[in-house]
Formats: sequence, structure tokens, C-alpha cells
Amino acid sequence: MTTAKSPQAGQSQPHGFDEIHILWISEGMSCDGDTVAVTAAAQPAIEDVVTGLVPGLPTVHLHNKVLSPTVGGEEFLAPFRAAARGELTPFILVIEGSIPNEKINGDGYWTSFGNHPNTGEPLTLNWWIDNLAPKAWAVVAAGTCATYGGIHAMAGNPTGCMGLADYLGSDFRSTGGLPIVNVPGCPVQPDNFMETLTWVLYHAAGSAPPPPLDEMLRPQWLFGKTVHEGCDRAGYYEQGDFAKDYNSPKCQVKIGCWGPVVNCNVPKRGWMGGIGGCPNVGGICIACTMPGFPDKFMPFMDMPPGGSLSSAIVKPYGAFIRRMRGITNSTANTEPRWRHNREELTSGYNPRWRP
Amino acid sequence: MTATKPERTAAKKQPQIMEMSWDPITRIIGNLGIYTKIDFANRLVTECHSTSSLFRGYSVFMKGKDPRDAGFITSRICGICGDNHTTCSVYAQNMAYGIKTPPLGETILNLGEAAEYMFDHTIFQDNLVFVDFCEAMVKETNPSLLARAENAEAPGAAVHGYRTIAEIMRAYNPFEGEVYREALKVSRTTREMFCLMEGRHVHPSTVYPGGVGTMPQPTLFTDYLSRLLDILDFVKKAVALNNDVFDFFYEALPGYEEVGRRRVLLGCWGCFQNPEVVDYRYENMTNWGRAMYVTPGIVVDGQLLTTDLVDINLGIRILLGSSYYKDWVNEEPFVTQDPLGNPVDMRHPWNQTTLPEPGKRDFGDRYSWVMSPRWFDRNSGQHLALDTGGGPFARLYTTALAGLVDTPYVKSTGRSVQISLPKSRTLPEMTLEWTIPQWSNALERNRARVYFVAYAAAMAVQFIEEGLARVRAGDTRVFTEFKVPDEAIGCGFHEAVRGVLSHHLVIRDGKIANYHPYPPTPWNGSPRDSYGTPGPYEDAVQDMPIFEENGPENFKGVDIMRAVRSFDPCLPCGVHMYVGQGRTIEKLHSPMWGAGHA
Repeated sequence: MTTAKSPQAGQSQPHGFDEIHILWISEGMSCDGDTVAVTAAAQPAIEDVVTGLVPGLPTVHLHNKVLSPTVGGEEFLAPFRAAARGELTPFILVIEGSIPNEKINGDGYWTSFGNHPNTGEPLTLNWWIDNLAPKAWAVVAAGTCATYGGIHAMAGNPTGCMGLADYLGSDFRSTGGLPIVNVPGCPVQPDNFMETLTWVLYHAAGSAPPPPLDEMLRPQWLFGKTVHEGCDRAGYYEQGDFAKDYNSPKCQVKIGCWGPVVNCNVPKRGWMGGIGGCPNVGGICIACTMPGFPDKFMPFMDMPPGGSLSSAIVKPYGAFIRRMRGITNSTANTEPRWRHNREELTSGYNPRWRP
Repeated sequence: MTATKPERTAAKKQPQIMEMSWDPITRIIGNLGIYTKIDFANRLVTECHSTSSLFRGYSVFMKGKDPRDAGFITSRICGICGDNHTTCSVYAQNMAYGIKTPPLGETILNLGEAAEYMFDHTIFQDNLVFVDFCEAMVKETNPSLLARAENAEAPGAAVHGYRTIAEIMRAYNPFEGEVYREALKVSRTTREMFCLMEGRHVHPSTVYPGGVGTMPQPTLFTDYLSRLLDILDFVKKAVALNNDVFDFFYEALPGYEEVGRRRVLLGCWGCFQNPEVVDYRYENMTNWGRAMYVTPGIVVDGQLLTTDLVDINLGIRILLGSSYYKDWVNEEPFVTQDPLGNPVDMRHPWNQTTLPEPGKRDFGDRYSWVMSPRWFDRNSGQHLALDTGGGPFARLYTTALAGLVDTPYVKSTGRSVQISLPKSRTLPEMTLEWTIPQWSNALERNRARVYFVAYAAAMAVQFIEEGLARVRAGDTRVFTEFKVPDEAIGCGFHEAVRGVLSHHLVIRDGKIANYHPYPPTPWNGSPRDSYGTPGPYEDAVQDMPIFEENGPENFKGVDIMRAVRSFDPCLPCGVHMYVGQGRTIEKLHSPMWGAGHA
């Protein structure tokens, strides 16, 4: 294992590691759905990364509660405790779940991860982030809760929870010189997460530049396009042809789909193995990858306010174009007239050497 | 081997008691801590507390929201069974809105939920639970048992192909074993089947009150069926593999039936609606509940007390006692009578108000964010701490006793459940029979889980046939339009993967006035209630014998972990186990085994 002196703040630790630990804490305001989703990935699969099947990656030691081979307790916590003491480097810190406000909880805790070894009192998630994030070579937020607060940060929530960048500051830099890497989604699309993680691991191996992120710290190649731009029902939209209820295969924008304004690749990519999705298979986009999720998109089953204007505008154009295409389509559905079984050739072929 | 026959009565030796805790518990979902006192002289657990250290407050932040959002929001309660919440919420909303899903919509939901059981039970059993039974773990905890397993012929070798028990154990080694890796793949195939029906996993995109948005083309059912056929060999082999390992444990470690054992106190709220019968009217709930393809019921000491969802509903009580909440008895009740005119208790979820009060953890007082759901038995006057046996155990038990399920693929006999699976690539048609076992213990909870995968697969064959028949007949409606009433109540009952799941909804002024989801883990993982009755994990672990060969210095606690994991904890619904205030005793946390282990 590479051991490095703790670097100065702001000074980036070199990369080119042969081995790296992944310390994954899902004890945020979470449902563990991102961990579970990651086990659905096949591109690459988690076991292929852990067993070293993917060429060019460092040896990965995964410490994740759900998949841990340990019985639990201190055996599981040992690497986390070692890292907090500065004795385990380099490591990637993955946080799953939003970060509660522990300043408002009296003597208690909203969520904890293990106990303090001396006092036996629960150690809060926030304690771990305070102690691990400054030592982490990279910090990854898995899921919309950890990235932006998500469903548990809904209006009226009692825990005052937030995303990792709200907690650490959006100018946070890891010892590897990286900003927080946000992989939003509720849950994360399985391959999106594994692909991002492998990019970070290629970077750790010294064979890739840092992953390109947008201003909300999302991987650009995954979140640069909208749902609508990858939705196979967008053709209905263009023709002004909208579903009136959920029995319909048409565009769902009038029955709750926020796809046109949401950064997400699910309709294009499918959910897993190219199967499933959201509006492409009849499920309205509720914008679960977005910083404004969920409050800015509720009630989910109502038409987005912008949808009424754009669908009204597209309607006359769409209706006309649909009629024109209908005419062309019926032409396209008719075979050319020279395909027949009569005793003559009418294809236009001229056998000039025959009498 | 140091393990002796369990002495459940007077201990023979001078007790040598130590505090041992495991926090967090791994290979489960959510935050759970287990705190015990163990008498190493007599190899017995003498005390156990379980606690969950996570609070998010769904019932708090759902107030005032649009009721139609409930299925989308409550799905996020859980990252492995969120779709069960969406489904249950949709059932509750259907009741409140006075609507009925078109039959094909029900069939699509049944197929989605069947895939969820197949996915979840497979990944949990083979990738989470079975690590406790794999070669690497047994070598560290019971080396002499492993030595015996090397020479123990596997009775099911003709089906699964592994000659000895030790070979089976090796196949479950994490990330390396053959079955472990195959199970991960199967968990992907089954999730694809799920996504075909419900859009995406685990939070569905195509499930709505009134039905689904899934397009019911023949392709949909063909894509599902072909994947189902792909995994049938695996399902049949899994049953044989599990039987071999668990039977070996009974035989090689006499007394192992006491691990995780408690009274038979089981609850099952039923699943797989029968589209011909269900109308979601509370007044008819008794009938359509009994028409479900897994029968709801409550079993006490082997007797089926009821199969009536109205009885089940009215008996639910949410007790406090050890949880970080202020009581709500002085708050305004929401529902004083059910739609049949029966009185509704103040401690019933319809009337609950969640008032979080974070505080220090004190095992003599309050120590968990989980409340204590109980079922009030009018006949005995007792608040029963029902468990779900991880889900499958209670489902098979009630269905077997009730004798109501009679389909071409699954039949209840009154004492067993017969499950018929069609021919698959390498194995012939098979009928598997789950017979009511002698005990409610860790091994039988685990065994039931693998049988229920077969159950779900068998029912899925029927649902595919029903779905295709409707599509061929031109009946392709999957969604019913509705209006949200200003004032209404609803309740949903569904078997989540891990067992009983209820959603209770109250609508006022067209908004959510009250919403309380009760998943299985609050039942299983509850702390001691106001009557001092321990929760099921606590009860199952307390007084449990220890068979691990290690002494206190390098004790792993594998038997305790097997007992707890047999319930399939899922703590985004919540738990922690503790040490009592008696005499002390040498303090010892569970030992460390070095930092890096992939």
C-alpha cells in the first residue's frame, strides 16, 4: 500500500497508485439504494472492479457495509478508523445519503456510524466527514441525497439535511486536487456510477486526466444532455401529439414529465442492460437527478408550468406536420407498382440485346 | 469443539459475562447495531438490545403534500424494496380515491413485484446471508465444522452438482465463489424483469395510483418470460443447495435449531392481488384480501388466528417505550371509525402523529429511532410482538395453513405449499414442497427465503399467461382516471420482500393530513415496548446458545449475526443491540481483524 505524508491543504497529492481503498459510508439520510443500484451495473460490474478484471485500474479494496465480507462492528470499522487517524492512504471517500444538521438535535443524533471508542457514544456521520474528507484522495457523492440533499431535504423536513457540497463548500478540494465528484440520481443509474468511479480510478492509476465535471460537479459526458434530448417519445412532442393519460405511448409532458428541462441520460441509456427507463417506457420524469428535486417538481403528476406554453405553441405546427407525414407515410406504405406477377416486366429494365 | 448442547435453563458453570457489540451490522440494508451480554462460560447470550441510529422523518415531511406524490416519495424509504412502498401506496390511494386498477395493470404490478422478490431474496441470500455460511467464514469461526463438511456428501448433488458440503461453502465465498458470482448475475436478470414491468429499479417510474404506464405489448411479456426461463435452473439448484447446507448444520451441530429461535408469532399482510376480485373498497377488503395469491394472516404458536385484513388492520398498535419520540396520545385523532363503523384506536397508524425527540442513547430508557409496532389480540388482551421471519417464512406459513391458494403453479395443502416450476434448460419440471417446520429459527427463516424465490417464479408463469391472454383479447387498458377527493382515508396492505407492509393515509382539503408507512423492519427490529416486551431480534438473540469455536479474544459472533440476518434487516426502516445495566463485567468490543480486506 502506498503511504504518503499528509499533504498541505490545497496541494495535490500525486497519483499513479497501485492500490486504493474505497471507504463507502451510506449512513447519510439514505435508503442504501445507490449501493444496491451499483450491484446492478454491468459496465463495468462491481465484482469485475473488485477482483481486478478491468485492465489498468489500481487494486481496489472496497469497504461497503452492504457487500462487506466482515461480520460487522469493529472489524468493518477498522479501515475507517485507520483512515481517520491518517494511517490509511490513499482512499476514495464515497458518501451516500444527505448530511443532516446535527447542530439542531440537542443531545441526540439524526444518524450515526459506529461509536466513539472511548466514550461509547454514537459517532455522527458529520464527525466522520469532518475527519475523513480532508484526508481523502477523492470524494464522491453517490445519489441525489448526497449530491444535493434530495428527497430527505424536502420542505418541512425535521433534520435540516443537505448535500455534501452544501456541507463541505462547493470549493472543496480533496488531497488529490479534485472537487467533489457528484453522481446524482434517485437512485444512481447503475452504469453511470460505475463508469464515473472507474474514471476516478483510471485517474488514480495515473492514466487519465481528472473527470470532466460541470458547474454542479456532475460528469459532463453523462449529464450534459437532457432527458428529452434522449427520449424516444420526443417525436410525438414535435408532432404536438400528447398523452392524455398513462394508457398512452405518446409524449407525457402534459401528464407530469419534466424531461425537457432535466439533465439525465436514462431514456438514452436505459436503466440496466438497455432495459427500462422513465418517459421512454411510460414513467413521467420527476427530475430525480436535479438539485431542485423534489420540491420544484411537485405535484409530480401535474403538467410542468412551462409545458403548457411549449405544448400550445407546438400544437398547430405539430398537427400540420403530422398530417403531412401521414400522407407521406401512406405513400411509403405502398409498394411500387412494378412489383407484380403479371406476364410482363414493368420495372423499367430494358433488355436491349434481346429481340 | 467447545460447543455443547444448549442449556436453556440453569447454567452449569460460573457465568463469565462480557459485553459485546456490533455496530454497524454489515450485509444488511440501513443502520443497525446489536448490543449483547454473552456468558462465555456457558456459551449463551444473556441479553440483547437492538437499535437503529437513523431518522429521516417521512411522516413529518409528507404532511401537506399532494396525495398523488405519496408513491413516488415513499419509494425512497428503502433502496432495496422501495417498489414495495410504491405498490402499497398505490393500493392505499386507490382506496382513498375510490378507483380500481384495470386487470392488466394488476397483472403487470404482480409481475413487477414477483421479480422484486426473486431479485431481492437472491441477492440477500447468496451475497449477504450466505457469507456467514461460506468456507472463509466457517474456517474462521468453526474450523472443525469445515473439516467435517469436507467429507460430508451433499444429498442434492444430482441437482446442483456440488459433491460435498464444503464445496458448496466454497461456492459462496464472496466475490470469488461460483454461486456468489452467479447470484449477482441472476440479481441483474431479475432486475431487468422488474424494469420491464415497473420502469426502473428500485424506485419505479411507471407505477401510478389507478394503474401503470407500462405499454402492454406482447414483447413486454415475451421479454420477461425469456429472462424467467433463463434463471429457472438457478432457482431449482438454489433450493437444493440451501437444503443441503441447512440440514448439514442441524446434523453437525446438535442444538443449532435454538439459534435465533423464538415463539411462532408471525404476521403476513398478503400479496399478489387477484384482479378478478380486488376492488380496493374497505368494505370488501376481507374478501379481496383472502383472494390474494399469498394469503394474509396472523399465526400464533402454529394456530392461524385470522386471515381477515379488516381484523389485521384494526389490531395494529404503535407503541413507544424505548424510542426517541414524544407520545401523540394528546394530539387530535384523525380517524375514529373505519368505513365499517368499527372504532379505531388512538395508537393505530391512522391516528399517529410523529414527534421526533433526539436524545442520548440509554439502553435502560430510550435507545432507538425505531418504534414498537405490536398487534393487539382481542382474545388474549396481549400486544403481540409479531415478526415476519424475514418475510418468506411468514408468507409460506400463513399460506400453507390457510389452504386458500389454489392455482396451477402454487397450491396450499393446509400444512404445506406445493410449488411447480416448468422444465428449464438442464432440469426437468419440478414440484417443490415447503412443509411447515418445527421451529421459528434462523435456519428456517433462511430456508423459506429460497423457497419463496421459487414461489414467486411459479406465480410469475401464471401472471405471464394471464397478461398475454388479455393482450391477445385486445384488453390493453392499464390505467384508470381518478380525482383526488377533498376528504378521504385509505389503507394499503402488501407483503414487502421482508414481510408485512402497511400504508395508512388521511386526506383533508385535498392534501395529505397524515401518512404512516409501516414496513416489516419496525416490527422485527423494534426495541422494548412500553410493556417491556423485547422486539423480535432482541427476543430471538436473547438466551441463544453460541456454537462458534472462538473464545472471547477473537470472537466474531457469527451465530448472533446469523440470527439477526435471518430476519433480513432493512433499517432505512431501522435498529442497535446493547448491553444491560447489570454488573460489569469486562468490556470488550468486537475485535479488529486488520484494516484491508477486499
